[in-house]
Amino acid sequence: MSESTPILEIKKINKYFPGVKALSNVDFRLFKGEVHTIMGQNGAGKSTLVKVLTGVHRHDSGEMLLEGKSIRPDSPLAAQRLGISTVYQEINLCPNLSVAENIFVGRQPMRFGRIDWKELNRRAEEALSRLHISIDVTQLLSSYSIAVQQMVAIVRVLDVSSKILVLDEPTSSLDETEVDQLFKVIRNLRDEGLAILFITHFLDQTYQISDRITILRNGELVGEFHTEALPKLELIAKMLGKELSEFSYDITGGESKKEGARAEQEAKNLLQVKGLGLRGSIAPFDLDLNEGEVLGLAGLLGSGRTEMARLIFGIDAANRGEIFVRGKKKDINAPRAAMLAGMGFCSEDRKNEGIFSELTVRENIILALQGARGTFRYIPKKKQLEIAEELIKSLDIKTPSANNEAGQLSGGNQQKLMLARWLATNPFILILDEPTRGIDVGAKVEVMELILNLSRQGIGVIFISSEFEELIRCSTKIAVLKDKEKIAELSGEAMSESGIMHAIAGGK
Amino acid sequence: MLKALNRSKILWPLVALVILLLFNLFFTPNFFRIEIMEGHLFGNPIDILKNGAPIMLLAIGLTLVIATHGIDISVGSVVAISAGVVAMLIGGDLAGNPRFPIAFAMAVALLVCTAAGVWNGMLVSRIGMQPIVATLILFVAGRGIAMVTTNAMVIWLYAKPFAYLGQGYLIGLPFSIYIVAFLLLATFLATRKTALGMFIEAVGINPTATRFSGINSKNILLGVYAFSGFCAGVSGLIVCSTVMSADGNNAGNLFELDAILAVVLGGTSLNGGRFFLLGSMVGALIIQTLTTTIYAFNVPPEISQVVKALVVYGVSLLQSDRLQVAVAGVLGRREAAA
Repeated sequence: MSESTPILEIKKINKYFPGVKALSNVDFRLFKGEVHTIMGQNGAGKSTLVKVLTGVHRHDSGEMLLEGKSIRPDSPLAAQRLGISTVYQEINLCPNLSVAENIFVGRQPMRFGRIDWKELNRRAEEALSRLHISIDVTQLLSSYSIAVQQMVAIVRVLDVSSKILVLDEPTSSLDETEVDQLFKVIRNLRDEGLAILFITHFLDQTYQISDRITILRNGELVGEFHTEALPKLELIAKMLGKELSEFSYDITGGESKKEGARAEQEAKNLLQVKGLGLRGSIAPFDLDLNEGEVLGLAGLLGSGRTEMARLIFGIDAANRGEIFVRGKKKDINAPRAAMLAGMGFCSEDRKNEGIFSELTVRENIILALQGARGTFRYIPKKKQLEIAEELIKSLDIKTPSANNEAGQLSGGNQQKLMLARWLATNPFILILDEPTRGIDVGAKVEVMELILNLSRQGIGVIFISSEFEELIRCSTKIAVLKDKEKIAELSGEAMSESGIMHAIAGGK
Repeated sequence: MLKALNRSKILWPLVALVILLLFNLFFTPNFFRIEIMEGHLFGNPIDILKNGAPIMLLAIGLTLVIATHGIDISVGSVVAISAGVVAMLIGGDLAGNPRFPIAFAMAVALLVCTAAGVWNGMLVSRIGMQPIVATLILFVAGRGIAMVTTNAMVIWLYAKPFAYLGQGYLIGLPFSIYIVAFLLLATFLATRKTALGMFIEAVGINPTATRFSGINSKNILLGVYAFSGFCAGVSGLIVCSTVMSADGNNAGNLFELDAILAVVLGGTSLNGGRFFLLGSMVGALIIQTLTTTIYAFNVPPEISQVVKALVVYGVSLLQSDRLQVAVAGVLGRREAAA
């Protein structure tokens, strides 16, 4: 690695979107022959920065220097011409064409007005050999693993003039051996002198492959670090914006309290999950939820919290493991089955997976209950209104009347509306995925009080939040997830921000 | 009152229909004259209802399909299938003796058409095909099936009792009007006095949230397409009975477009969600009144389509929220000035 001059230098770059400042005075450097990872939570500005670099967005102020020359690519194609090659998260290849065709589609070598297949295949083999891959390039792309397809995608964007390779979450659908394969290729390219910009949510992979890490938070630069000089715990603290000293006290006192808690856990078990998992989504996990408990799911973005919730509620069908509800084994293969077993689920994506904006508040509340009763055991309008009005009152949903459209409510009230829909069905297990996201502070407090109230009534709550403080305040125990795997369960005094971070960093 | 009308979206289609009728009152001689002959009512208004019946029936089924953010463009072809099947089973015996009992023939035709609807519904709900593609298949294949049932010929029917469906009168009014009224009422009760209507709207607005709310959205989709097939079947029986013949090529030709237009004019959005059965009926009546008016004026057929298009354009503009807001703004300013 030459420290002298970076191949890419971004200086004090700013990018505004209507109402938000996505990037604010961000600096970034990329050197030849290094793998550089950008890390940050949701909304940190990672993807905006990459999109500015690859010509999807244009920056509002600041400067981008490529080999000392100022650049301002106005399209992905322009960026490609400048030598910035990008492989996006979703592979944009044609599975029904051969490997060679995929690599050269749109620029096939011609001979006498026809495609020169021999030359095409020869060049494809040559290009792949640069990555030390030798496969039969005349086979259909779909006959190879996702990892190989990913590499074909890399070969496709690379050419002689490539200076920078941007890889956006290339490993999200690969398993461990495939990741190793891909990393080998990436290291080869790095050693050839290519500058590689890597984006991932996986902590361990970051440490495996990166030479340098840049951390962003809320659109601002936190800092640039050499990987070996940045312990995992510090990285997590910086991503979340906490001071490390807040967490560094000893946490060994937790164990005894855990024992004490176990003694009173003779309480009725509501939900028991054994070895539930889905390949490519989340590794097999166990969970226990008793009456009146709040189980928090903690983890960084992309750690598998939502995947866990979706599996329990039957949105994604698990391919292994069992679910017991109140001690009885249940086959939960669809949300309907979960609902009939006594569960409720509020999605993190209110707009697309929760609220029916053109239906009235009353209809939004009554829908799940009516669904459980079926089409023909119709709840009369009067009774519907009663149920709706009672829940509007008890959850303090602010709406002019039960007959207003749900789309007119504020985010916090829509959140409560989803909760009301499930409370109407009288569930004994409630899964709440990020119920406090995107709502104002006052509403957050209200939602948390609601969660505590529900648990006092004996409902078991599974609570997902990115805010560790919220989890600690509400939960009786916390399951910690990392890289699509449940890695720890904390209770008692171990439930602290430091405890969670240590667990994620692997310092249990 | 006016506000409630506006919210139910039936106001503007009704206004358009009234304008059309007023136009006829002033410019078409004897448009509203209704005569009584042999105890039956005759006249343009009766004709409009009678001739509009097939499209109104299609529009009932299509309203529900469109409410789920779907579309069924195969209904015209299914009309032809229905006519073909019933004609084949009744047979073209010149003495008027049906090959099979007429009731049986009608039941089989309806069953076949419902099955065609189930086929559409399976493609959409189970295989996840886009509705326009799924129903395009039957749109094309349906004509072929209809041709097979009639042996690629026009079958003429002479079994008198069958003619009652499309030509008969009951208490002074054409019998087909009663069929429409009955099916409309039944659909209204089935959707608004059970939870079905809400479920259909929920699927149309947010299919994911519907599934997450524990509702079996697949079966709801299957149901509405099956029902649309059934409605097209009833429509086909009336079409066949009115002309006492089945023509695989021309029966129900382009009906799907008029029916979709009727639903949209009636205020149901192609984006799915809220649906308005009565609105769709008004929409169908607008289209039929227009056709009748154009005939009454002896407008050459090549121009009549243009006239139709212009009126549809006008009604759509009337319904647009933006235009309403703009007009309200202009009127408000004038009032303020005065």
